[in-house]
Parts: sequence; structure tokens; C-alpha cells
Amino acid sequence: MTNQEKYDQCFIDSFNAHEDQLKGLEYQSSPLWDSMGHMQLISALEEQFDIMMETDDIVDLSSYKRGMSILAEKYDVQF
Amino acid sequence: MSNSKLLDGKIALVSGCNRGIGRAILHTFLENGAIVYAIARTHGSLNDFESCPNCKPTYMDVTDSSAVKSIFMRIKKEQGRLDVLVNNAGMMKDALIGMISKEQIEQTYSVNVFAVIEMIQYASKFFKRQQSGVIINLASIMGVNGNPGQLLYSSTKGAIVTLTKSAAKELAPYKIRVNAIAPGAIDTDMLRSIGEDNVSKLLKNIYSGKLGVAEDVAKTALFLASDLSEYVTGQIIGVDGGMIV
Repeated sequence: MTNQEKYDQCFIDSFNAHEDQLKGLEYQSSPLWDSMGHMQLISALEEQFDIMMETDDIVDLSSYKRGMSILAEKYDVQF
Repeated sequence: MSNSKLLDGKIALVSGCNRGIGRAILHTFLENGAIVYAIARTHGSLNDFESCPNCKPTYMDVTDSSAVKSIFMRIKKEQGRLDVLVNNAGMMKDALIGMISKEQIEQTYSVNVFAVIEMIQYASKFFKRQQSGVIINLASIMGVNGNPGQLLYSSTKGAIVTLTKSAAKELAPYKIRVNAIAPGAIDTDMLRSIGEDNVSKLLKNIYSGKLGVAEDVAKTALFLASDLSEYVTGQIIGVDGGMIV
């Protein structure tokens, strides 16, 4: 599984999203991406990439796209 | 009923272990089978635990966010889980209203409140995944009742009381228990720092007629960390010998 596939899977599992919806996903754009869902997503990402995210990054992860930049820039996850 | 190994195999993280209540909690947890990551600020203060394989001394400042993150990463790598977090590290500086500097306010809140919130946030990541975990915060009888000359200290401990109750409610669905201990006058270096005259005055307000000892608090922490208290959450447990403030 590539990092991209792992990343996508976290969103699919956390929000019950379809692959074609992923790129447009933003925090609170879907009923499932509320604050509870957000923490579920963070937990999935941390587990998947074996990282521990800092609180500022957790708060800053406001969209599918932003999440990719944060993981790449701060947690050395290459896409 | 034997309670000699109430924490057998449990992984615990305890802050403020260099002396007093934290040190007593460390001893008690080790005696009861836990593997304890013991946080202390003073290098070398845990040297006497070197021969204990279940004690993992960690010298750090709880207000250092990167150090806090590192200890959780270390536990994740070494143990893969965490069962108990005890937020014991704290500081007390008494000052009358009008003489509390902004620096004192920031320093005391950083140690007594902000660091606790940060530790809870990291620990709850483990606990949510595991669907189990225990958080024990050290409050104070002053945080429940207030005290002259202790506006700053008591307000930080009051924050601990309310954040404990909020965290307990938010985390209960994940089977995470959050409680606080509110010690009264416990015979520690921190208490003795108020002076012998003031200690004598305190004694007059304690119905049991004696100061508590750190082990009294440690035994309560043991109860809260163990499965004996599996239906206890959101509680502020006074360990004060019947103290009136």
C-alpha cells in the first residue's frame, strides 16, 4: 500500500467517504467530519503512519489537502 | 483479599517523582507490579531506582512541549500502550492579592494547569485507541475551598477540579476514567515550606489531629489506578484527615 492509499483509507474509514469525494473534503463539510470524527481521523493517521501529531497540527488539519501538506512537511510522510 | 499486585503489568506515567507525593506514588505503583515512567525535573533525583527494572526515570520539565511529546513517543515505541497517567507535578507559591506577579501567574499556570492539559491530550490518544485508561490528577483541598494567600495556587487547583470533571464526562464513552485527589495538609517539603508556625496552625484545623503522609495519597492513587475503582470517574477525592479550610 502506498502512503497515498494509506492516507485515503484513513478518510474513507473515518468518514465513510467515497474515493471521488476525498479531494473536496473539509472539516465540518460532511456530517461525519465533526470534532468527534476529526479525532477519529487523527487517531487513524497516527496509527497508520506511526506518528504522534502535535496539537497545533491537529487543529490545523482542516481539509484533505491540508492534511497531506502537514504530514509531508512535519512528519516526513512522502506522497 | 490480597492487594499486593493491583497494577500487575500496567504501564504508568507519573510526573513529579523526585520527592513527596510523586515519589510515594512511584514506590507504591512499583510495589504493585506496574512499569512506571517516572518524570522528575532534577537530574539524578531518581538514581536510587537505578536497580529497579520496572522504573524508567525520565528527567524533563513538564512545561517543555517537545519533551512531553518525546516521552509519549518513547512509551509508544517501548511498550505500545499506556494504562495510567498521574499528573502530580506542581508548584505552590503563596502571595497576597496585590503581590502576585504576572510572571508567577504564568509560571504556576504553566506547570499546574497547561502541562496537565497537554499530558491529558497525549495520553488520551493511547487510551481512546485501547478503549481503556486511567487519568489521576492531583488537585488540592485549596482548589475546592480556597484559602487566604493562595489565590494563585488555589485557582490552578480549582482548574484541575473542573477539568477533571469535564474530561471524565468526555472520555467516559471510551472507557477512560478521570479522577482527582485533593490532598489536605500532607507532610512534604512543599508543606514545610510554609514554616513551622503555619504548620502548627494548620493542625488545629484537622479533626484527625495529624498531618497526612505522602503514602496516604499514594494509596488513594493506587485505588484509582486499579480495577478496584472501575466504576469511579469524575470524582474529587479528599485525602485530608477531616481538614477544615
